[in-house]
Amino acid sequence: MNFDPRYSGRSFTSVGTRPIRPDGVDKVTGRARYGADFNMAGQLVGRVLRSPHAHAKIRKIDTSKAEKLAGVKAVITAADLPDLTDGDAAMYDILDNCMAREKAFYDGHAVAAVAAVDARTARQALKLIEVDYEVLPHVVDVDEAMKHTAPLLNDAIFTEGLDEKPVKPSNVTKRTQFGHGDIQEGFGQADFVVERSFKTEQTHQGYIEPHACVANVSSDGTADLWVCTQGHFVYRQHCAQLLGMEASKLRVTSSEIGGGFGGKTHVWAEPVALALSRKAGRPVKLVMTRDEVFRASGPTSATSIDVRIGARKDGTITAAEATLRYSCGPYAGMWAEIGAMTAFACYKLDNVKTVGYEVLVNRPKTAAYRAPSAPMAAFAVESAVDELAKEIGMDPVDFRIRNAAQEGTRSSYGPVYGPIGIGPTLEAAKNHPHMKAPLGKNQGRGMACGFWFNFGGQTCTDLNIGMDGSVSLAVGTVDVGGSRASLSLVAAEELGIDYGQVKAVVADTSSLGYNDMTDGSRGTFSSSMATISAARNAIKVLRERAAQTWDIPVDDVIWEKGHAIAKGEKYGNLAALSLKEIAAASGKTGGPIAGHSELVADGAGVSFATHICDIEVDPETGSTRVLRYTVVQDAGKAVHPTYVEGQYQGGAAQGIGWALNEEYIYGKDGRLQNPGFLDYRIPVCSDLPMIDTQILEIPNPNHPYGVRGVGETSIVPPLAAIANAVSNAVGVRMTHIPMSPPRILAAIEAEREG
Amino acid sequence: MAGVAVSTTINGDDVEYLCQPDETLLDVLRDRLGLTGAKEGCGTGDCGACSIILDDRLVCSCLVLGAEAEGRRVETIEGMAHGDSLHPLQQKFLEHAALQCGICTPGFLIAAKDLLAKNPDPTEEEIRFGLAGNLCRCTGYDKIVRAVQDAASVMKGA
Repeated sequence: MNFDPRYSGRSFTSVGTRPIRPDGVDKVTGRARYGADFNMAGQLVGRVLRSPHAHAKIRKIDTSKAEKLAGVKAVITAADLPDLTDGDAAMYDILDNCMAREKAFYDGHAVAAVAAVDARTARQALKLIEVDYEVLPHVVDVDEAMKHTAPLLNDAIFTEGLDEKPVKPSNVTKRTQFGHGDIQEGFGQADFVVERSFKTEQTHQGYIEPHACVANVSSDGTADLWVCTQGHFVYRQHCAQLLGMEASKLRVTSSEIGGGFGGKTHVWAEPVALALSRKAGRPVKLVMTRDEVFRASGPTSATSIDVRIGARKDGTITAAEATLRYSCGPYAGMWAEIGAMTAFACYKLDNVKTVGYEVLVNRPKTAAYRAPSAPMAAFAVESAVDELAKEIGMDPVDFRIRNAAQEGTRSSYGPVYGPIGIGPTLEAAKNHPHMKAPLGKNQGRGMACGFWFNFGGQTCTDLNIGMDGSVSLAVGTVDVGGSRASLSLVAAEELGIDYGQVKAVVADTSSLGYNDMTDGSRGTFSSSMATISAARNAIKVLRERAAQTWDIPVDDVIWEKGHAIAKGEKYGNLAALSLKEIAAASGKTGGPIAGHSELVADGAGVSFATHICDIEVDPETGSTRVLRYTVVQDAGKAVHPTYVEGQYQGGAAQGIGWALNEEYIYGKDGRLQNPGFLDYRIPVCSDLPMIDTQILEIPNPNHPYGVRGVGETSIVPPLAAIANAVSNAVGVRMTHIPMSPPRILAAIEAEREG
Repeated sequence: MAGVAVSTTINGDDVEYLCQPDETLLDVLRDRLGLTGAKEGCGTGDCGACSIILDDRLVCSCLVLGAEAEGRRVETIEGMAHGDSLHPLQQKFLEHAALQCGICTPGFLIAAKDLLAKNPDPTEEEIRFGLAGNLCRCTGYDKIVRAVQDAASVMKGA
């Protein structure tokens, strides 16, 4: 297809404008259908029985009484699902998390499920299932879990990545290391060294829509799944593989999605719903309660991080080191590894070393949460960077500018950077009026930087031109926050037609080739690349049809502003043919006109942001208010700037909640104490100020329009920015997130007494 | 279990239904009447995604029993637009991109309509506290507040 993805420095007509999204009216009128808004005739209600214990061996499950209850159509346990014990370990873990096989690993772990004629019967049936548990000692704290004396979750796990193969099993599944240079030598050159330890608590993505699906398995082995997901192709692959189905026989349709933030990249209840439907021979709708969402889906890692950074008097960092311990829940993950990669990515360092440890604990399986693992690492590093600047006597922004990575810098995790935005975001922050605004009593200002890789990946898009000249764009990346609008803009731009002439839809898994998930900020980056490629393929056909109509060589036909134009004076009498005219004649010139694209979107440009915030701490209560917040971030090219701003604001708000309030609180019994929005309190409207945004556009050389992903980086700096602001306000370095009122009061008191 | 017969008015239409005594109005709207615009985000009255107006009062329909709607007036998101003409709040939510995923949007629109009915000229702070019972995880509320401010000024001029 010879698609050239390189940035071309063109000017834009549609891209960069701010039209109303195509799915908007349905969403403001209540017509849009989300996961739980879909029903099928004869549908049953599915419900899941969950372990009340943090760690327990399942001796026996007796479902006989539940099966006898009138209205119960199916009861399943792990015994009804394929036994993957000797198969792929990762798939075993995914299925074990959906339905515990030998042990319940956390409070909320699924152990059985029912399908019944209505919700009341399903709830009654759950009460009739008898589970014989042998309760085991548990561990929920990441540092405790690393001790040799800690209860072991899995005695088949021996730490990978050590120089010597360990002889004893451990809760540490893996050690990873990144960096370059010689940190001992680097610290030897330092005039100032800051060394600190930090902790962050576990948070949930907090999407407002609980997981929901409707599964319908036919006796001929084909199946349909309607589900709220960030990646219906991946869900299809996982469900098919877990249940021993052929992927092509399972059609997955992604509903409108009510928030995901990474939490809807993993299958949870979908294989269970399919298994229930298969057993009952009827469609099954399975919707999680909010309690289940908190206890059994989602959360990000809790962490414990040590940072050491050294610098010369002139402000040059000479060495940087971090040890990062991330909780994974009960199954192996790569969360500390990602944290270790991102920790120092903002800086140009000659000597850097990061070490990550993946730690098993009796908490729900860790899931991706917006720039997963990066915010905690940034909290630790950016706090230490601020402290170091203070010791040297430099302004924290100037200190960061001095050490910022640039084009050509070898990143702390390996690759050499192309054109990047860390320096420009810092310069923009330095010059922002926010930096010069006066502060009052008990108020503090903080700033911090953040990095995210951004992903590309497998992407497939169809662009079909109707006989009336309207354009259907079928994409396979789920629209989590307005991407149908931005992709329509891209199609309109490339074809040279109006935005209103394009209608974008998210196609189901049987209607389009495979697409990776909407994760890693890849949705608009990857699908816009595929859309441009598809549009260029369609333009090639349009030119051919015009050439055929005019009976001239196709090389003499160019495409400009939505028209085929015969190039050269000899064709002076040929009037340009519009897309509509060519489409109207398509039945006589060779049939339907379409452009297709299948590609791996490489070269997602890395993303950087700098945030500034002002806060006020009430010294009596320890309560913190955010007074002003500014986000500066590089978008490469903002396709629909309003939705880019929305991503910046939303990430900042989630980071503010994480920094100040949100945390999983476990009792001594290992049970989650706050599985609801009342006690796990995410920011509400009255908690926040307006969130100002500044979009920088440093083109990504690997995308035709210069686009970079924008969705995730905005959650990376807030933890540190707010911690720096609070530390400046109260005069004590805050080292434990969230900085809830009791923690702030304790820190102030400890300082007074100390 | 015998059902409870209920006669009520929903978005101006007379509606009759049978429901269980322990069934929430939200479940009745969604599962019996096919009005799925109100969403269940929590089922405990914490998120506001199921907001409706019951006799001029903003309530979480997950905290109201279906049987309690007897003889009362229910307004849901499905009744907010008149035909194909959107309510100014709906229009401003679109123009300001006050939604990303949109799951909280019906609840916010209902809560904002109730707020402006009681206080047609709210300050930013009054909007923020007036909408504090509705959770949004996508937007950071900035564009929601601006959309409500803009709608309020349009509605005052009308």
